[in-house]
Amino acid sequence: MSGLDPLRLTAVEAKRLLVEGETSATELTKTYLDQIAAHEGDVHAFIQLCGEEAARYAARIDQEATAVRGALAGLPTAIKDNMVTEGVVTTAGSRILQNYTPVYTATAVRKLFDQHIVMLGRTNLDEFAMGSSTENSAFQVTRNPWDLATVPGGSSGGTAAAVAAGEALWGLGSDTGGSIRQPASLCGIVGMKPTYGAVSRYGLIAFASSLDQIGPLTRSVADCALLLRHIAGYDECDSTSVRLPFEVEVPTADRLDGLRFGVPVEYLAEGVEPGVRARFEETLRLIEELGGRCQEMHLSHTEYALAAYYIIAPAEASANLARFDGVRYGYRAAGAEDLLEMYERTRGEGFGPEVKRRIMIGTYALSSGYYEAYYGQAQKVRRLVKEDFGAAFQDFDLIVSPTSPTVAFKVGSRTQDPLAMYQSDACTIPVNLAGLPAVSIPCGLSDGLPVGFQIIGRAFSENLVLRAAHAVEGAVGFDTAPTFRDSSAGVGSIGPGGLCAQDAREAVDA
Amino acid sequence: MPEWEPVIGLEIHVELQTKTKMFCSCALSFGDPPNTHTCPVCLAHPGALPVVNKRAVEFATRIALALDCTVQPRNVFHRKNYFYPDLPKAYQISQFDEPLAVEGSFSYWVGDEQHTCRINRVHMEEDAAKLVHAGESGRIAGSEYSVVDFNRGGTPLVEIVTEPDIGSPAAAREFLNQLRATVMELGVSDCNMEEGRVRWDANISVRPAGSTELGVRTELKNMNSFRFLQQALESEIPRQVGVLEAGGRIEQETLHFDPETGTTSPLRSKEEAHDYRYFPEPDLVPLVMDPAWIEEVRAALPELPAARTQRFMLQYGLSRYDAFLLGESGPLARFYEQVVAVGVDPKAAANWTMGEYLAYTNEAGIDPGQGFVTAERLAALVKLVTGGAVSFSAAKDVFRFMLEEHAEPADLVEKHGLGQISDQTALAQLVADLVAASPEEVAAYRAGKEQLIGFFVGQVMKTTSGRANPKLVNELVRAALTA
Repeated sequence: MSGLDPLRLTAVEAKRLLVEGETSATELTKTYLDQIAAHEGDVHAFIQLCGEEAARYAARIDQEATAVRGALAGLPTAIKDNMVTEGVVTTAGSRILQNYTPVYTATAVRKLFDQHIVMLGRTNLDEFAMGSSTENSAFQVTRNPWDLATVPGGSSGGTAAAVAAGEALWGLGSDTGGSIRQPASLCGIVGMKPTYGAVSRYGLIAFASSLDQIGPLTRSVADCALLLRHIAGYDECDSTSVRLPFEVEVPTADRLDGLRFGVPVEYLAEGVEPGVRARFEETLRLIEELGGRCQEMHLSHTEYALAAYYIIAPAEASANLARFDGVRYGYRAAGAEDLLEMYERTRGEGFGPEVKRRIMIGTYALSSGYYEAYYGQAQKVRRLVKEDFGAAFQDFDLIVSPTSPTVAFKVGSRTQDPLAMYQSDACTIPVNLAGLPAVSIPCGLSDGLPVGFQIIGRAFSENLVLRAAHAVEGAVGFDTAPTFRDSSAGVGSIGPGGLCAQDAREAVDA
Repeated sequence: MPEWEPVIGLEIHVELQTKTKMFCSCALSFGDPPNTHTCPVCLAHPGALPVVNKRAVEFATRIALALDCTVQPRNVFHRKNYFYPDLPKAYQISQFDEPLAVEGSFSYWVGDEQHTCRINRVHMEEDAAKLVHAGESGRIAGSEYSVVDFNRGGTPLVEIVTEPDIGSPAAAREFLNQLRATVMELGVSDCNMEEGRVRWDANISVRPAGSTELGVRTELKNMNSFRFLQQALESEIPRQVGVLEAGGRIEQETLHFDPETGTTSPLRSKEEAHDYRYFPEPDLVPLVMDPAWIEEVRAALPELPAARTQRFMLQYGLSRYDAFLLGESGPLARFYEQVVAVGVDPKAAANWTMGEYLAYTNEAGIDPGQGFVTAERLAALVKLVTGGAVSFSAAKDVFRFMLEEHAEPADLVEKHGLGQISDQTALAQLVADLVAASPEEVAAYRAGKEQLIGFFVGQVMKTTSGRANPKLVNELVRAALTA
């Protein structure tokens, strides 16, 4: 045994061990592949594993001279399966892309490949990133390693569960309304949505173009900064990406002296579980102890943000997903008599219920006669939400809230109630509407399940957000690891246990 | 019954001939094997994003400025949503309520009347791919199968929308003809109509003459022939008048023109029941136009055909018709001015350029300025004519020899013995001989049959194979007969 503990090892530490020759890429990769072998049958984090390729690539890195290795050489990484990767099937969690092999690689992924990361596999997600529990995947339900009866959150639940379970050192997710931060919160890890435009979206299979951002899911804030540094920056293939005026720094700060933290009362209204509220308030006290000042304030249009989001995101999605028409690639229904039937059956059979729901909502919201009442109105709300933040940042350096109003919920408990599911993202959605950076870090447990603490900053204040997060992380001292317990064991089934993720896509057709 | 007047508006699509497509770096091509100029962006692969082609924006801005439009300081791309196999994203990136440019105008001639048509807007968008339907119908309905060539997909397009200011089918045709010449002059498209690089939709309604209200219009879509446009409009106007005079109502619908029968018929309305669900394209940021850059583009605009026609009239004393014919096309206009620049009479240069020279380039299928007849050579020939060294008819022969032998006109005149005979002594001798040999005609002439002068002149020309200076011969004959 290597003595490496995949449940605690950080990327910063792994990098040091590699550079100093205390471990090898091969050993490091094997550590995660072993953990996958031990737990993936319970967790189902991966849609597709690239174990052999990962081991082979790690061996190649070990043969290279240190000088020619990339900055992230040999670090085993999980990639959410909605970032296209040349030659590697990329599904977006959808049957319609079940056998789709991309012809190019997403910029964020390519940048990591350029630094010689080892890709362990492709992680599960809600279909086209639409969901908050990873239950909307066409292939499998991912389980939360803290309690296998609960969800890992979503839509980046696969990457979050993999990192939490020690099945990956770290990974990439995407966040449209909380899809990185909420699963990070539910899985007890760090997750960050960068400022809109900080990371190229080229090759990210679009859900809602004006809201989507790629970001890191990691075990520590320092890891988060390290990964972000290597994916951020302007990309000529993405007109909405931005040349960052700074380099992302790996934070070392442990004090918060002079920083003003705003606590929006609207984010602590109904629906926040007592345990979540307690951990949150304890964390506020820690901030004060570190020299920060916390003060209640208002983001007065918060109550409309969720509604606006559920117009804007589906509207964009209805157009973004229109390209999946069976003509050029992906799934095509067989035996259609004419073009219209081919379209209808391909999309009827290829998309799952939540995706269809959102396509219908979005199509309706953009329809002639309804556009102003829905899409137009939602854009106005979006502007107001953004202005709320702008005004707040006159008085505060950072804004903090619980990431999710609740801890991980039981598998199946919200699937019949979309509105309850949508509430999972009440504290994260306004941040996407405003395009701001925000990180979620673990701040303790409630009923044995992790609670997340969200820190929101001004646009392009990633370094400040990360510095603060690092200080809070140190004060919280969250050092517990998931136990893979199953609170429903003996009470009921947890689904198709033992199904190896390697075959997840095939299982759908079975 | 009232008099009816037609009201016509046009939407013109121009394919820009940039090096690459509107939103990706695939090369524009024509005639290459299908699907050889494609990429993840123009095939709408998952995750691919559009990036605006700056050159296309510049080309579109040239068109907007040439049409006297106001280029908007900020303009926005929208998504126009509909499913069709030639549209891989299932939306076309186009512009909607914040287009590149608005409120222009274009002046054009119909016969000797100058007309002005207001331009509503000029906007940018991308072209669809090309569908080929297998089977007899040639349309997607009823075809055995259809294939898509994505080479054309994503070609930059400019759409020019006029106000309904055009008052007759003939005016519509002239408007398009002169607009096309203007766009060609801008160097942004060759506007080849057969290849569909310029095509248009026409809206047509009728109203009682003098009324200012607009009637219900019908639309003729996707035409690329001036003649068919005029025919279609000429058949649609009486149809609408007939419906209205019978107390009926015009349906707002899209019509198909059948050149075989010369009539219009409605397209199935279901094909047209589109709700395009326009919304701002979130993958692109709004274009913020730098005023200084717009002025640079404006300053670099070439002289446009309308201005050039005016200048030719003033500077060279040409008729409007001649000035227009020479001024409309850039290459011909430049050739003409090169001829004039050699120092020949502008009117004679105009006649030769529009006559023999244009016929030659048309027949040879070359652009003016290309080929063996250079401006210098044509000018040399014109000088020979105006200087009296060759007759007009002999000069036509010289022109023909220029094409065959690629030599200087003066050398050809000499080689083929085509020089004009202006030697007074020699010609006087010929005339004297003729008078002596034609006593009957001489008597008749002197008795008052003066038209016989033509007989004598003709005989001399015949004897000299047309080379005699006709003016001189005329004088000599008159002198001999009245002596």
